[in-house]
Amino acid sequence: MSKKQPLLLLVSGLLIAALSAPVHSAEKLTYYCSAQEEWCQLMATGFEEATGIKVSMTRKSSGETLAQIKAEASNPKGDIWWGGTGDPHLQAAEEGLSEEYLSPLRDEQHDWAIKQAESAGNQTIGIYSGALGYGYNEEVLKSNNLPVPECWKDLTKAEYKGHVQMANPNSSGTAYTTLATIVQLFGEDEGFEFMKALHKNINQYTKSGSAPIKAAARGENTIGIVFMHDAVAQAVAGFPIKVVAPCEGTGYEIGGMTIIKDGRNPDSARKFYDWALTADVQSRALEVDSFQVMSNKAAKSSPMAPDLDSIKLIDYDFAKYGSSDERKRLLKKWDDEVSVLPQ
Amino acid sequence: MLLWLSVGIVGFCLLPWYVLEDGLWSFEWLFDGYPFNTDYAPAAFLLTQGEKLWLSPIPLFLLFPLVSQVFKHSTAQRSNVLIMVGVAGIAWMVMQGLGIGLRGWNFEALGQLFGPLEARQFGMGFGALFVFATFLFFLSTGIAGRGAVNGDVFVVGAIGLVIAVVTVFIFFPIVQMLSSAVRDNDGVYSLTIFAEKFFQNKFWGLGCIQGGTRCGVAWNSLFLAVLVGFLTTLLGLVFALVATRSGLKRGNFLRAMTVLPIITPPFVIGLAIILLFGLSGSVTKLVADVLDLQPTRWVYGLPGIVIAQLLSFTPIAFLVMIGVVEGVSPAMEEAAQTLRASRWQTFKTVTLPLIRPGLANAFLLGFIESMADFGNPLVLGGNYDVLSTEIFFAIVGAQNDQGMAAVLAIALLIFTLSAFYVQRRWLGKKSYTTKTGKGDSGMHVTMPKRVLLPCYLVAAVWTLFTATVYGMILYGGFVEMWGLNNTLTFKHYITAFGVGFNEFGIHFKGSAWDSFFTTLKIAATAAPLTAMLGLLTAWLLVRQNFAGKNAFEFGTMLSFAIPGTVIGVSYILAFNVPPLELTGTGAILVISFIFRNMPVGVRAGIASMSQLDKSLDEASLTLGASTWKTFTRIILPLMRPAILAALVFSFVRAMTAISAVIFLVSAEYNMATSYIIGRVENNDYGIAIAYSSVLIVVMLAVVALMQFLVNRNGQGSRFAQSRTNW
Repeated sequence: MSKKQPLLLLVSGLLIAALSAPVHSAEKLTYYCSAQEEWCQLMATGFEEATGIKVSMTRKSSGETLAQIKAEASNPKGDIWWGGTGDPHLQAAEEGLSEEYLSPLRDEQHDWAIKQAESAGNQTIGIYSGALGYGYNEEVLKSNNLPVPECWKDLTKAEYKGHVQMANPNSSGTAYTTLATIVQLFGEDEGFEFMKALHKNINQYTKSGSAPIKAAARGENTIGIVFMHDAVAQAVAGFPIKVVAPCEGTGYEIGGMTIIKDGRNPDSARKFYDWALTADVQSRALEVDSFQVMSNKAAKSSPMAPDLDSIKLIDYDFAKYGSSDERKRLLKKWDDEVSVLPQ
Repeated sequence: MLLWLSVGIVGFCLLPWYVLEDGLWSFEWLFDGYPFNTDYAPAAFLLTQGEKLWLSPIPLFLLFPLVSQVFKHSTAQRSNVLIMVGVAGIAWMVMQGLGIGLRGWNFEALGQLFGPLEARQFGMGFGALFVFATFLFFLSTGIAGRGAVNGDVFVVGAIGLVIAVVTVFIFFPIVQMLSSAVRDNDGVYSLTIFAEKFFQNKFWGLGCIQGGTRCGVAWNSLFLAVLVGFLTTLLGLVFALVATRSGLKRGNFLRAMTVLPIITPPFVIGLAIILLFGLSGSVTKLVADVLDLQPTRWVYGLPGIVIAQLLSFTPIAFLVMIGVVEGVSPAMEEAAQTLRASRWQTFKTVTLPLIRPGLANAFLLGFIESMADFGNPLVLGGNYDVLSTEIFFAIVGAQNDQGMAAVLAIALLIFTLSAFYVQRRWLGKKSYTTKTGKGDSGMHVTMPKRVLLPCYLVAAVWTLFTATVYGMILYGGFVEMWGLNNTLTFKHYITAFGVGFNEFGIHFKGSAWDSFFTTLKIAATAAPLTAMLGLLTAWLLVRQNFAGKNAFEFGTMLSFAIPGTVIGVSYILAFNVPPLELTGTGAILVISFIFRNMPVGVRAGIASMSQLDKSLDEASLTLGASTWKTFTRIILPLMRPAILAALVFSFVRAMTAISAVIFLVSAEYNMATSYIIGRVENNDYGIAIAYSSVLIVVMLAVVALMQFLVNRNGQGSRFAQSRTNW
């Protein structure tokens, strides 16, 4: 028996384990973020500076994050989940993945933010909101000699065939919000007739929600159905994008924040929660070109941002259309009746 | 024997049994109530405090072999005792690990059988690792003692080790994943659920043939993979012929080109193609202006994916083909010509049939790479959905259906495994050996003109195209906004890799440094481990004979046929909960790389080891060296090229892999590729491309360094060969 043999086993084991040793510090926070990268970074470093708590951040889309929290449910690794469209946050609450919390800063928030919290037993809260709409690339529109669209119904006109892009509602929260908005706006039957007509004009159902407007920004597409603040961000970045608030009225999303149940650092999570609801912190969204309306009434907004007061907003039923059952039903109906049609 | 017993006792009595939240290496546990604090306590102290009583049989198993000492057992009896104890110890550890989890019993049936359990346990830590290793050693010593593999303990131990890690890190997660395919949302197992999902129209619909609508994803994937496999093989053959049979001295240049796809981070090729051929791409616009056409989105969908995958995988096919084309003995062709065959006849009836194994291997590689490819369909797919992306979106999408992902993964596995099978059948048992002995010399004849000219043409066009794409990638990192505002700038590099100075010295303030250093660290850790495990396995396969060798080989090669997305998901499912808690650590990334890339290490090892004469081993053994000594002192030094090839390949792969990684990155361990995806999602092509260029340069440096080291030893590079013998 040689003495070197155990080395083989042990060295490999030790090397692997060396990497599983996280840095130790007194207070920490594991932070899942589903907003855009810069905003996530800003929140992470801002919180570190303000409190001295060490933040480790993962940025993933809200769907990916929900999947991760679900997979980790029996041994949660994350403490707080900030940003991303509200539905997955509601879903997390519905599935018992999140912790109830009443922040002392609730009084400073808009009603819609509190309403969102109450619809989920205070297991989540609204932190920003943005209206749905679409954006178009001026140059591409002109080079194709197309008229400027103004309403939802315009998008179903034959001349826009192959010029409209939206995300697939099966994979994107944005697109599901679109579907739910259309159903609430026109009623279910007429709404699905609209989706079928729109289907003929769609050149691609993208996977991610904001991809249509990004493609439009790059000139790879003409019209993208997205949240208006996403379209504004592309316009601000210098792309030839114009934003449209559809004339019939439109739905909106509420971005969520959730404390993950049985997280390892509950105190830090609550600190972050309160901190993220303050007006000063929310005003900083403008630094990173995020043009949503923030939940704190005193937070500053950009002149570029779509003014929610001037847009005809529907009374979006988040409780109903955020529930798993209704979502599954609508998606299945869309799958069976719309997506299979020839284009 | 006693040495190992002490390892087991250290594991049981001294090291913390469970995983520590802050890691072993912070050594915080030493000062924080060790050894009595139940979070940090070794198993022995847990038991004395009446905690975790289910661990109590383990010391009995550990000490039991001493019985043989006491009763002066014969060797055979001793071996039987060791086997018994080893099996019992491993079985007990596995059972308690799987049976008792974070919330007490993991299975309801156990609760009914033994009553409710208040206690719970976390993932196994170092104590458990040591004890497990000891049991494994007992078992292999026992088996060797009974005369298996000539009673060689080292060989049996090595086999045992490989089987253990492959079981834990390949089979266990895959089984976890697949079992969710036959489970409905309430956790009830049912085959009808599986059948319903598997045979749905979305997978197998044939709408594209009957007209109007789209075909199912399964057909899409299959068609794409066959097309890409066929085209890459063809292009690979063309390049191989140009490199070896044209009299052109450009072989080295072509060879250098073959490293490109290996060192290219995901997405960049797709992005470059959009900027060339997209609706507003430069080529599309140019053509539209010249011909006065309205630009279209033609590139999104099948054409775009095919172009991108051809760019990515043709060099791999070339690597395979050149080995085979060079391997055909010129003597055969000379013989044909002596018998008055024309050049064309020779080519058609001698050369082509002899390169059949190359064709089959190249096709298989192209087929599988295309099936598993994730980045290109994601960027360029348009409405052409394929299995690999559907798996991803089944999990991360709004539907969030792990079961669906598992079903899709099964469809994908069926395709890749059948491709393996068909390839074996097609090659059959014919002999393709043409080089025998050492007396073979001669020059390859040049090709007939009617083959040569088209080959030149294709090769030239393709090379130009590749050069354009990579040129654009490098250039893209230096312009303000690619495609729209072509002002030159260093902005993206500064944002990503800015370095400043503050009171503590150098301060890495660029946003990419974090993921960059993590990636380097993970890749550098994974590479040597991959090489070690791969070569050890290769050595077992080539030099040792033991029962079940074929199954063993299949097991170690399996992870190659499993797409990364599937691996990623199954790792999350399997390693987030005890007994092995690995998610969120760097270890899970390292482990996923080791087992993703191990087949390459194995193949490189086999290729290189078959060239070493067995008499060398025998000489060493005859002179009284142990197998271990022979392996380390004789075989390993002779295999330096293979070791380096495996090292570099796994290092580079760890830097560019994406599909498995995207599920496994965590806040603390973020990887370069996942950072790049974030930027691409954000329409931030500049930084994504700048970062990719930096990665390409870093990896080129690594590859060059390796080439230099190998060539200095005068042994020639086997990096190419390591990938040829699939």
